[in-house]
Amino acid sequence: MKVRDLTELAARNLREAVLRNSLTTLGIAVGVASLVALLSLGVGLQQLVNRSVARAGLFDTVSVRRRQNTPFGQPGGGRRTPRDGSDLQPPRALDDAARKEIAALPNVIEVNPEVRFTAEARREPNSQLVLVSGMAPSSQSSGTLDGMTGNFFSGPDAEEAIVQGDMAKRLLEVGKAPTALVGQEITLRFAQRQALPPPSEQAASDAPNQAVGPDEEAMGFSIVPSEKKFRVVGVLPASDSGGGPVGFNNAGLYLPLAVAEKLQVVQGSDLRDVARTSSGVGTRYSALNVRATSPAAVAQIESSIAHLGFAAFSLIDVTRNLRTFFAIFDLFLGIFGSLALAVASLGIINTLVMAILERRREIGVLKALGAANRDVRQLFFAEAGVMGLVGGVFGVLLGWGIGRAIQLGTMVYMKRQGLTSPNIWSVPWWLVLGAIGFAVLVSLVSGIYPASRAARLDPVDALRYE
Amino acid sequence: MKPLRVTLRSMNVSENVASTNGFAVRADRVSRHYKMGEALIRAVDQISLEIRAGEFLALLGASGSGKSTLLNLIAGLDRPSSGAILAQGRDLAAMSSEELASHRGQTIGIVFQSFQLLPRMTLEENVELPLRLAEVPRVERPARVREALDRVGLGARVKHRPTELSGGEQQRAAIARALVNRPMILLADEPTGNLDTKTGEEIMSLIAEIHRPPSGPGRTIIMVTHERGLAERCADRIVTLSDGAISREERLR
Repeated sequence: MKVRDLTELAARNLREAVLRNSLTTLGIAVGVASLVALLSLGVGLQQLVNRSVARAGLFDTVSVRRRQNTPFGQPGGGRRTPRDGSDLQPPRALDDAARKEIAALPNVIEVNPEVRFTAEARREPNSQLVLVSGMAPSSQSSGTLDGMTGNFFSGPDAEEAIVQGDMAKRLLEVGKAPTALVGQEITLRFAQRQALPPPSEQAASDAPNQAVGPDEEAMGFSIVPSEKKFRVVGVLPASDSGGGPVGFNNAGLYLPLAVAEKLQVVQGSDLRDVARTSSGVGTRYSALNVRATSPAAVAQIESSIAHLGFAAFSLIDVTRNLRTFFAIFDLFLGIFGSLALAVASLGIINTLVMAILERRREIGVLKALGAANRDVRQLFFAEAGVMGLVGGVFGVLLGWGIGRAIQLGTMVYMKRQGLTSPNIWSVPWWLVLGAIGFAVLVSLVSGIYPASRAARLDPVDALRYE
Repeated sequence: MKPLRVTLRSMNVSENVASTNGFAVRADRVSRHYKMGEALIRAVDQISLEIRAGEFLALLGASGSGKSTLLNLIAGLDRPSSGAILAQGRDLAAMSSEELASHRGQTIGIVFQSFQLLPRMTLEENVELPLRLAEVPRVERPARVREALDRVGLGARVKHRPTELSGGEQQRAAIARALVNRPMILLADEPTGNLDTKTGEEIMSLIAEIHRPPSGPGRTIIMVTHERGLAERCADRIVTLSDGAISREERLR
């Protein structure tokens, strides 16, 4: 029999016992709905975590520091040995030459120095200690500033700042929204390095110290307080709602990277470098952030950097474990969701076996009119498949509705707690198609026994059946 | 216990026996035995029968004489325990179940005592069913259905369901369904058994007309009945069965 005839006959048969078949189909729909609702929550949670991790630059960033030869190991738990366990270069200074060498590695997009320091942010009458970080121009398009009010820096040398929401709150009058800080000026007070003049000039000169380059710092430097005004151009969402950069680059206030570098703020590594006599010439960085073309390239870059003699650190292993966790989590959700579908499959078997008993004589007539066993089997398969398809489609819609309801409920609860609700629910197209396909597959498998039984009916017995 | 299948080849019947030689059906020492508890029932026992193409054969006999079983064997609804049945030159015992289904759909048409129309389908849909099973193109079907129903005088009732028809009309619809695939052989199992005398005679007239239409080729008809009068009026030959064997054979025309 042709597929169209088969489908028409199957649909007609299903319409005949409409209540029973509708209930069976509803059973499948509920099974699929539970599967879709659970998996959509699993996928939504996974996407939420992925977004946070991506925003933190954990997937595609390698943090590079100078390797320490201390008996206490590497601060921050960085990777001390390459993945292949081969020999390391001796520790090297993290200077311009090293930066160029790292930038030349394959799959590296950019290498930026990490400039982080503590300063006092002041906006009369409030002042607040804040962790300041230099932000590379590429951050504008990396998604780390999602939800920001205002604009990105107008240029790489602009004396502008982007402030984290809760820091903005502390600098403003009580009751004002953090976004009110946009367009206002704040003053940063920080510890600046100033090179010491050579001993001969030191006594003779009364001129004030100037901020100087690192070459001159070979002579040593003094630390003096310094101040600079910045105009706030953007305010990030408050950190309790998950807004703004986190992870490697988390700070309360951001300046353009070039501006932050020029401030010559004392870095943690400066004192250590002064103590060392073997440091190279030129700029020495406390840390470099290396951006990879893709998360897949991170491990290889990390290994190459370790070979160059630096400590490289990424969270790729953590994220890999995270993916494994979510794969197992989704598997369990899928198994629990499928239990309802398994129960529904028993309903299909029951319905079709009942249909065989009721339509025994009809099967005999079909065979007498020329239906082969294959035709009868296919007819019952088609009926099971149609129930699976309809149940699958309704189940996806129902599951979508349940997911929406959970999302709405979560939003209402989070709002009442004064928090912004993250999106914890997602129904990707593969889940929709997969759920419908799975429902049809389960229905067809459930139809195997009834269909075989119907096909095996002896036509003479079936025609005699009253 | 599975019925013993004996085919022409296993019986060393020569291949040329399988050719039609003007016969629509040939039964060669056909038996159909089955067990009921410990007892072996010989529903059909060593029957040999030749039915010419275009012949109208009536199978007569008391209940349990084996006439319906023989009809089922010729229809390919059942398989013989031994012996061979050739229909249109092909050995049914050697056919696969798929081939038998094709034989039932295309070579023969069957009319039952209890009509066996599907109650939830209209007449049109009932008659279309064999065309669906034979995978006749959809464009051809409406004309074929209309032609078959017109032939039995039900052209105006195509949208009616069987339950809306009288017994005679239902049997006529069943005949239309049996004829729609234009089979060479029409098998009728007590076609008037559920009808009153007058309606039964109308149905017999219709079957006689199908056997020898005013124009065009006729068909081979094998009819099971227990009414000798009907058989004598229409059939070319009457074969009487008793205890699964032929007890009498009369040629009328």
